[in-house]
Amino acid sequence: MSPQHAGERDAREERGPTVPGAAAKRAGAAPEPVLRTHVFDAADLRRALTRIAHEIVERNHGADDVVLVGLYTRGVALARRLGSAIATFEDSEPAVGALDVAFYRDDIGLRPVAPTGPTEVPDVSGKVVVLVDDVLFTGRTARAALDALHELGRPRAVQLAVLVDRGHRELPLRADYVGKNLPTRSTEDVRVRLAEVDGDDGVDLWGVPQQEVAG
Amino acid sequence: MVEHLLSIDDLGGRAGIETMLDLTDSFLEVTRREIPKVPALRGKTVVSLFYEDSTRTRMSFEAAAKRLSADTMNFSVSTSSVKKGESLLDTVQTIDAMGVDAIVVRHGAAGAPHRVASWSSSSVINAGDGCHEHPTQALLDAFTLRRHRGPSLDGCRIAIVGDVRHSRVARSDVIAFHELGCELTLVGPPTLMPERLDGWPVEVTADLDHVLADVDVIYLLRIQRERIDQALFPSLREYSARWGLTVDRASRCKPDTLVMHPGPMNRGIEIAGEVADSSRSLVTEQVANGVAVRMAVLWSLLGSGGPIV
Repeated sequence: MSPQHAGERDAREERGPTVPGAAAKRAGAAPEPVLRTHVFDAADLRRALTRIAHEIVERNHGADDVVLVGLYTRGVALARRLGSAIATFEDSEPAVGALDVAFYRDDIGLRPVAPTGPTEVPDVSGKVVVLVDDVLFTGRTARAALDALHELGRPRAVQLAVLVDRGHRELPLRADYVGKNLPTRSTEDVRVRLAEVDGDDGVDLWGVPQQEVAG
Repeated sequence: MVEHLLSIDDLGGRAGIETMLDLTDSFLEVTRREIPKVPALRGKTVVSLFYEDSTRTRMSFEAAAKRLSADTMNFSVSTSSVKKGESLLDTVQTIDAMGVDAIVVRHGAAGAPHRVASWSSSSVINAGDGCHEHPTQALLDAFTLRRHRGPSLDGCRIAIVGDVRHSRVARSDVIAFHELGCELTLVGPPTLMPERLDGWPVEVTADLDHVLADVDVIYLLRIQRERIDQALFPSLREYSARWGLTVDRASRCKPDTLVMHPGPMNRGIEIAGEVADSSRSLVTEQVANGVAVRMAVLWSLLGSGGPIV
């Protein structure tokens, strides 16, 4: 799977199943999304991750039992960065894993769903698993991740870390660690860029011009 | 979007084949878990409709479907209404009426899965039709070889040895390996070569000893005694002496030359038992990877919800 391919999938996922006409609108005469706000630049993003790294260690009284599990695609890169960040101020570097939730999604068959990479998760039984993703939106990806994780072992606890919480939850879930709470419209698009995947770091908010959305 | 997998050509060439092989990595990981099962195809039903004997392909598809949580049904010709004279059309319509999502077809007549696809509203997967094609075998062969020689197979030299004439595996493999950039040589007695090789991207020779030292992979085909109804070679002993991969021949290959076989093997005829069990042999790995490849195919047809390939 090429990086571009994976990127497209993520872009769809962030829009989520609540905007079924999004693809059709883009294809037709619909207005192109425009950049609204730079939410994070590279330094902001680094600071947010550093804070989350400290919060994880503080909450769990160290990092010995912590396993960071990133959700494909950008969550995996974020989990690796959190692991390296924790290693700079703790004696031990927490184990890091990668989780693909495609097979556990609740919208299989409703829209294109593609596995993005092989799941590689260390033994999680008895550990504190911190699921890591870039954007928390409807909560459906996190729910799928809980199911996927459940089949790999029995963690002592599961926590959720996200770079951006953009609201619009459709399930009773919340994040334990949040880089930025970002109020958004459901039609808007939070685009996270990470050097490992996209070439550089940053978070932007995109949206279609307001008057045309109303029509 | 792929609706059926009847020929390796349905994947649309190199890019499509490579996408399917990439996808297979995800499913191989699933098969290696302590609980090798994901709920991806819950509620889907996969029927295997086998008009020819098979152990590995049928079991492989069944394992693949079960590991994706699909329901499986078996239609075994020897214990079914086919014995009472039911036609293929009526059988397919009956299965279709039960509301299934995929039909895995093996049939002795080339093109039978294409007919089934035209009659049925389900996705049809060709699990071998006569001497024509066996696309999932080609995918698992390419996947297995890529894990040893990959990710790129460009320039990989492969000798396909034996009964090419009756081999659907050879047809699908030639297409897939050629698309992936391999250089192919068909080796065997002229009587076991297809009557026409026009347009096949292959070299042909009858002399196995001549190519032994040059190739990266020796792919041995089974002598299909059930399809050979005339004397195409003098005796099995003579066949083995000239085209069998004996211990002596294996010792004249490069140290890293790999040996593949689609199974079931005729030990002592096309392959010596010692060679089949040696570290060169990928035979059991081919079988293990077959489940993951078929999971990827079932997922693409039934679960992906869109154009993965």
